[in-house]
Amino acid sequence: MNKKPRSLTRIIIPVVLTLVTIALIVWPMLAGGQYVVLDPKGPIGASQRDLIVISTILCAIVIVPVLILSAVIVWRYRDKPDNKAAYEPNWAHSTKAEAIWWTVPIVIIGLLAIVTVRYTYDLEPSKPLASEKEPITIQVSSLDWKWLFMYPEQGIATVNTLNIPADRPVKFELTADSPMNSFWIPQLGGQIYTMSGMAMTLYLQADHEGTYFGSGANFTGEHFAQMRFDVNATSDEEFDQWVREVKNQSQPLTQETYNTLAEPGTSNVAYYSSFPEGLFQDIVTKYVIEGTGAHIHGTSEEASGAQDNASTKVDKSAN
Amino acid sequence: MLERLKEFASEFFVTGDPLIYGADVAIGITMITIVAVLTYFKKWGWLWRNWLTTVDHKKIGIMYIIASIIMLFRGGVDALMMRLQLAMPNMDFLHPEHYNQVFTTHGTIMILFMAMPFMFGLFNVIVPLQIGARDVAFPFLNALSFWLFFLGAMLFNLSFVIGGSPDAGWLSYPPLSELSHSPGVGQNFYIWGIQISGIGSLATGINFLVTIIKMRAPGMKWMKMPMFTWSVFSTCIIILFAFPILTVTLALLFLDRFGGAHFFTLDMGGNPMMYINLIWMWGHPEVYIVVLPAFGVFSEIVSTFSKKKLFGYKSMVFAMLIISFLSFFTWAHHFFTMGSGADVNAFFAVTTMLIAIPTGVKIFNWLFTMYRGRIRMATPMLWTIAFIPCFIVGGMTGVLLSVAPADFQFHNSYFLIAHFHQVLIGGVVFGYFAGLYYWWPKMFGFQLEEKLGKWAFWTWNIGFYVCFMPQYAVGLMGMTRRLSTYGWDTGWWELNFVSTIGAFLMGVGFLFQVAQIADGIRKYKTLKASGDPWDGRTLEWSIPSPAPEYNFAITPRGDDIDEWWEEKERRAKGIYPPEQPLEPIHMPKNSAIPFIMSVFWFIAGFGFVFGWLWMAILGLAGVGICMIARSFSYDTDYYIPVDEIKRTEASLRGSV
Repeated sequence: MNKKPRSLTRIIIPVVLTLVTIALIVWPMLAGGQYVVLDPKGPIGASQRDLIVISTILCAIVIVPVLILSAVIVWRYRDKPDNKAAYEPNWAHSTKAEAIWWTVPIVIIGLLAIVTVRYTYDLEPSKPLASEKEPITIQVSSLDWKWLFMYPEQGIATVNTLNIPADRPVKFELTADSPMNSFWIPQLGGQIYTMSGMAMTLYLQADHEGTYFGSGANFTGEHFAQMRFDVNATSDEEFDQWVREVKNQSQPLTQETYNTLAEPGTSNVAYYSSFPEGLFQDIVTKYVIEGTGAHIHGTSEEASGAQDNASTKVDKSAN
Repeated sequence: MLERLKEFASEFFVTGDPLIYGADVAIGITMITIVAVLTYFKKWGWLWRNWLTTVDHKKIGIMYIIASIIMLFRGGVDALMMRLQLAMPNMDFLHPEHYNQVFTTHGTIMILFMAMPFMFGLFNVIVPLQIGARDVAFPFLNALSFWLFFLGAMLFNLSFVIGGSPDAGWLSYPPLSELSHSPGVGQNFYIWGIQISGIGSLATGINFLVTIIKMRAPGMKWMKMPMFTWSVFSTCIIILFAFPILTVTLALLFLDRFGGAHFFTLDMGGNPMMYINLIWMWGHPEVYIVVLPAFGVFSEIVSTFSKKKLFGYKSMVFAMLIISFLSFFTWAHHFFTMGSGADVNAFFAVTTMLIAIPTGVKIFNWLFTMYRGRIRMATPMLWTIAFIPCFIVGGMTGVLLSVAPADFQFHNSYFLIAHFHQVLIGGVVFGYFAGLYYWWPKMFGFQLEEKLGKWAFWTWNIGFYVCFMPQYAVGLMGMTRRLSTYGWDTGWWELNFVSTIGAFLMGVGFLFQVAQIADGIRKYKTLKASGDPWDGRTLEWSIPSPAPEYNFAITPRGDDIDEWWEEKERRAKGIYPPEQPLEPIHMPKNSAIPFIMSVFWFIAGFGFVFGWLWMAILGLAGVGICMIARSFSYDTDYYIPVDEIKRTEASLRGSV
């Protein structure tokens, strides 16, 4: 009789398959890169991470018991001849059960809704970061297929690389000379779309010095995958030093250089010792019809009623 | 002259890629084979009479399903190509332009040309049978809907080898999809393939709404209808209100591209954000359109294979109607990051979360149907049981995504991709597979064997988790969607590599399904099925398999929920329904017009795609002539005489 080996195989094969599947899924999760979203290095990212944890826990309160319940029910009520579990083929209603499984999710979702609404206002991208230090303003434009960063207070510009002082709020003003893209530095905080005709505002901060990964996050065509940039957060002194070096050692960004840059194509990292005054504003309004007003829509901050309205008017102190 | 011809050909046909030349060859060989086989077996007449001109809902349903499985193959191959390209960093398997075309066609095909027709196929095959009707309310329109879908899908698929595929994503956001950034014809194929197909979708929505409202068997009140029929009803309500939005939005985009309009362009006052709002006002209800019928399928299967009444009927109906309603109030969660402001984001976050509640209630009701039942692990039930944990987790990640400020970190990342694939595959695809296995014997008259089905089931499921769980993880590592490649320094390659393995496992699962079907066809005589092979509960199981042309010789009554089950209980006690005299059955005649009109739509669409106005006008003129021909055709019905009904019933029920 081959009963024993057969029943052994019937258990061994599924167990081995399950273990291999789990191993296949778990190994790369431990091997590879950093979970930047779960390991934030700035206050915005940290807030968002907290929110992710809270919402996961709230969901898990319902999900975990339900998963266990599903497994138990499927196991217990199988149609085996020797199954002694109750069989009630016509039992199809229970007010008590319905009350429970309508109420519990409503309560959980209600809690999550309250938390979400609060955090939505707190984490509105254009809301200034609380800090003793003055924010540094950086103007961003997505192009096809590169990122242009303009530093109006310092008067320099860079392509595909971003330097910021650590432990200080950065006020990004963002637009696009391209189809809609999205500006994302996951380890510092969430993204925001860059759109032609609009000047968006996003506050981020790097608490610690380091290099962070940044990329475009909304598809814009052929070489979208090249829209990566590194973010170097340094001390204030190192940042000022870097600005001086760029000013002394780089070519200026002229209108012609910009026009070439704006043509479709990828780009290497580049540094510019200056950029034309009002360039950001020009990019924002590039397609806006003369005389119809500076913007097609209000910016995010107007919509959420934040106090700082200065971003719709570009800081003209760039030299 | 030759030069001009060569230049035209090099633009018209897609050149320069070995994969596409391979596809050209495959398409050519397939077409020649089909023509050869039909000619050799002298089946052209059969094809014309039984399939191309049929208005029979059962046949139309089968055609929808066959088409959707072919599209599942094409969309699946797209996916495998994408996963191959992403398996390692800096791969050169697909150049960026090709990669972009592949992911665009993958998404468009899977949602619009795989899920929708699969769903319409199940509607067609089953709803009239479940409500005791002999056909849908508008059989001619039904046939037209199918052929419009088919020719629209063919137009879209043609772009691969002629003209070039669209490459701006499955939703074609402007300004990327405008002439300024997509000057080729790819976007036109997108617009016209979907528009033509979309007319069919809207028509089907209307057709089934009327069918369910007006054609239920006597005694079948609303709250006695089978749950699948309720799900079809809820879905059709959504279709009615959502599809016009798609049609209008794509029409406006077409006016931008073709007529110099500026609805969504960067310049001249255009507003791309308006397109995004409009397209998602369709797009979000669309995903509920595809998932609600899957829920209906699960309700039927859970009840039948637990040998128990469906728990909480009223609750289930209410939950589906609420989901239909709420689905129109959540669209902005697809662009929380577009800077709409906290007020707007907060509103849509809350509405999105709310939908989780009725969905969760349905899960509980399914579980409690199984509770104190007797569960049979046949293939349809396996898929249903696999759906539950898969969809629960997918739904949970959906709730995580609905938390607007958290979504700033999830949006457009692989976390998002993993979520929507989990609910679409775990919910929609598993549901439609379950429905296909469940109703297969009713459609074809023979069962599929369980063994290959189990191999398919396990490879699909293992493949799914191996493919998509790593994608959640790599999304949390900052990987954005729609990247044609990535670098070694990102630390993403291990997760991507494993994900690719999972994708190929799912491909293997699909192959097992094909093998199962081929094997079943080969030995169908030994697998013949009775009218009620699963010991079912609803009216479709009260007639032979496959159902006769007229469905019911005598119109049944539908007084109870699970009417067929109640009827079997009565018969077991010796109580039989009273003998009723047969009457001639009124049937609609076949018509060539749906097929021909759709071909003219194809011609018109092709003309619009290339900007050849003469062809477009010719096509539209053809459509107009077909409409006039239909308006003036008066010989559209006939009666099946009583003795033919008697003979058919005797032969079907005698041998079963």
